[in-house]
Amino acid sequence: MSRVGYLPLGDRLAMSAEPLVRTLVNIPPIRLLLNFLGRFAPGGRGLVILVPYAWLAFFFLIPFVIVLKISVADQIIAQPPYSALYEITEKGYLMIKLNLSNYKFLLDDALYWKAYLNSVKIAFFSALMCLIIGYPMAYGMARAQPAWRNVLLMLVVLPFWTSFLLRVYAWIGLLNNNGIINNILLGLGLIDRPIVMMKTDFAVYVGIVYSYLPFMILPLYTALEKMDMTLLEAAADLGCRPFKAFVTITVPLSLPGIIAGFSLVFIPALGEFVIPDLLGGTDTLMIGHVLWDEFFSNRAWPVASAVAIAMLSLVLVIMFVQNRLQRRAEAA
Amino acid sequence: MELFLCRRALLVGFIVGLAGCGGGNGDQQAATEKATTEAASASNAPAAASTTPAATPAPTAPAASDGEQVLNIYNWSDYIAEDTIANFEKETGIKVRYDVFDSNEVLEAKLLAGNTGYDIVVPSASFVARQIQAGVFQALDKSKLPNYKNLDPDIMKVLAGYDPDNQHVLPWMWGTTGIGYNVKMIKDRMPDAPLGSWDMIFKPEIVAKFKDCGVSTLDAPSEVFPTALRYLGLPTGSQTEENLKKAETLVMGLRPSVKYFHSSQYINDLANGELCLVLGWSGDIIQARARAVEAKNGHDIAYFIPKEGALLWVDTMAIPKDAKHTDNAYKFLDYALRPAVIAAVSNFVHYANGNAAATPLVDEAIRTDVSVYPTAETKAKLFPNVVNTPEYDRLVTRTWTRIKTNQ
Repeated sequence: MSRVGYLPLGDRLAMSAEPLVRTLVNIPPIRLLLNFLGRFAPGGRGLVILVPYAWLAFFFLIPFVIVLKISVADQIIAQPPYSALYEITEKGYLMIKLNLSNYKFLLDDALYWKAYLNSVKIAFFSALMCLIIGYPMAYGMARAQPAWRNVLLMLVVLPFWTSFLLRVYAWIGLLNNNGIINNILLGLGLIDRPIVMMKTDFAVYVGIVYSYLPFMILPLYTALEKMDMTLLEAAADLGCRPFKAFVTITVPLSLPGIIAGFSLVFIPALGEFVIPDLLGGTDTLMIGHVLWDEFFSNRAWPVASAVAIAMLSLVLVIMFVQNRLQRRAEAA
Repeated sequence: MELFLCRRALLVGFIVGLAGCGGGNGDQQAATEKATTEAASASNAPAAASTTPAATPAPTAPAASDGEQVLNIYNWSDYIAEDTIANFEKETGIKVRYDVFDSNEVLEAKLLAGNTGYDIVVPSASFVARQIQAGVFQALDKSKLPNYKNLDPDIMKVLAGYDPDNQHVLPWMWGTTGIGYNVKMIKDRMPDAPLGSWDMIFKPEIVAKFKDCGVSTLDAPSEVFPTALRYLGLPTGSQTEENLKKAETLVMGLRPSVKYFHSSQYINDLANGELCLVLGWSGDIIQARARAVEAKNGHDIAYFIPKEGALLWVDTMAIPKDAKHTDNAYKFLDYALRPAVIAAVSNFVHYANGNAAATPLVDEAIRTDVSVYPTAETKAKLFPNVVNTPEYDRLVTRTWTRIKTNQ
């Protein structure tokens, strides 16, 4: 089989066709389009690629475009409660209305950037705590007897078998003023009045760290497990103390795992709604809640969409930085 | 009535089946569900014949536009008697799919998005005006509602404020937004407490005395601000930033004494002594009283409608424009307008209904309870909520966030 068979459709046409067609096909946009269409041509490879693309298109791109569209509309009292993006007037003009004031609104009111900032703060410290707790656990798992590793791995994943909501509700029972923890401490005589834990930022951190810890442990474990142990032996042979060996060898080698785990915790925690709503106090200001208020209390679907788009942009910036960090870490 | 606005629980609670928001009446809900299921199987025979018109175009099938003998109802949680649906199914052979929600906001979001699939929904009147304006409801054909005459003219007048000429909605239950308290805890801390007045909540030096035993208010700015405006003697529907600022200052005064802002948790907490003073909904507080009595924990809970006046709210039944089983919906509406049917609901949920002919059929204990059926004198002081402009709504939500987050 000739090499040509593996080339994308556009390239194949460019190589074989008449000069005129070749010139035409070589124009970059056309070639790109043809290459793109070529993916959908019959053939196992095209189909395999098609599935994730279709998935992304249906569940990310199309919803995103709809949200983007609503974010530039006007709020009106109608069903649905926002204005149309375009209309064709009686004289045949196509009128496109883009209302950017929803975004301007986000900048004008301190509420929004305060909520974003507070969300970033809570997500960052939650991810950091997950790292501090998860690293020794992942390390222990990676260094355990191979027979044990699968059992330990199983134990990390086990909580997922129970509904996330039930697990968060369980924390209410633990942290309440007359909850299990306070009752035990009172019973032991260690405290004489209940410690207020529910409806505080502390409870929010506990909830997030607890819920997202497996997402930190799993990538860390993968990174640590494939580490070459002989490197540590070599370091010990050359007189390096264990702690120094850990800092100079283990940590840098597990850096891709750290970055992956950190973003797997940080990004979902950023938009978290359920945990702060159930465990947090009324003064826990997070962007998920601001979005709820915009959508339900204010019925401002356009502003709510703008809040969501702004948050998505924030996440994209973070993912971009994380991607670069990770590539650098892997290259090193 | 947990139902009213515990939006949090909606988002999370009833997915995991934690029956309503209070949690305490799980068995009640379970019982309702059980009853519904049993009724469904009991009425299976007539229902089966008519629910499959496509398969067997039976000559007995009604010629109605909605050939399917199905009715989809969306009501607040814990807001119906155990046998209301079962009896309706038995009588008509219509299979009812009964879903529950617990916040007006969530219902409204669904209605505005369209295609809810529901044939009857139960929004609160203060939300209805905007929903009518958005065109989500059908105008009712009263000729299909012979029992319409039973409705209470007073309540219909209140409803006309939201729904001109009473074209779109019918009353379900109504109640007030007032003060609930733990009798002993209040007496212990302040023997001469100004019970019967909003001073209990809105005088910072008075409410501060109850901080240690727990104070809560609804997490519903659309209820708290009009109440605060009323207390200040300002028009409750003025919708000006200036007046809202005054209300904010007033509410900020009680902020340091408030344990939490929540629209459902207070039922349980009031019942078990975690709270002693709440700004809440009549039925919720009466439910808390019932729970405390049931638990025999010695907490005596009471509710009053403050003498300065209180918010009167009405929950209503309406048919969405895109309802697919309109004829069945009318059958159910007329059924719910029967005095005996709606009185049984009141007996079960401890709320007053909007059906004048039903009042004599309501249990005496409920009918004579002035916190459920206020005296004419008190009734005159009740005021309805107004419909806010989107701009004012935004201002209200923003102010509320500022109060709650203390910044």
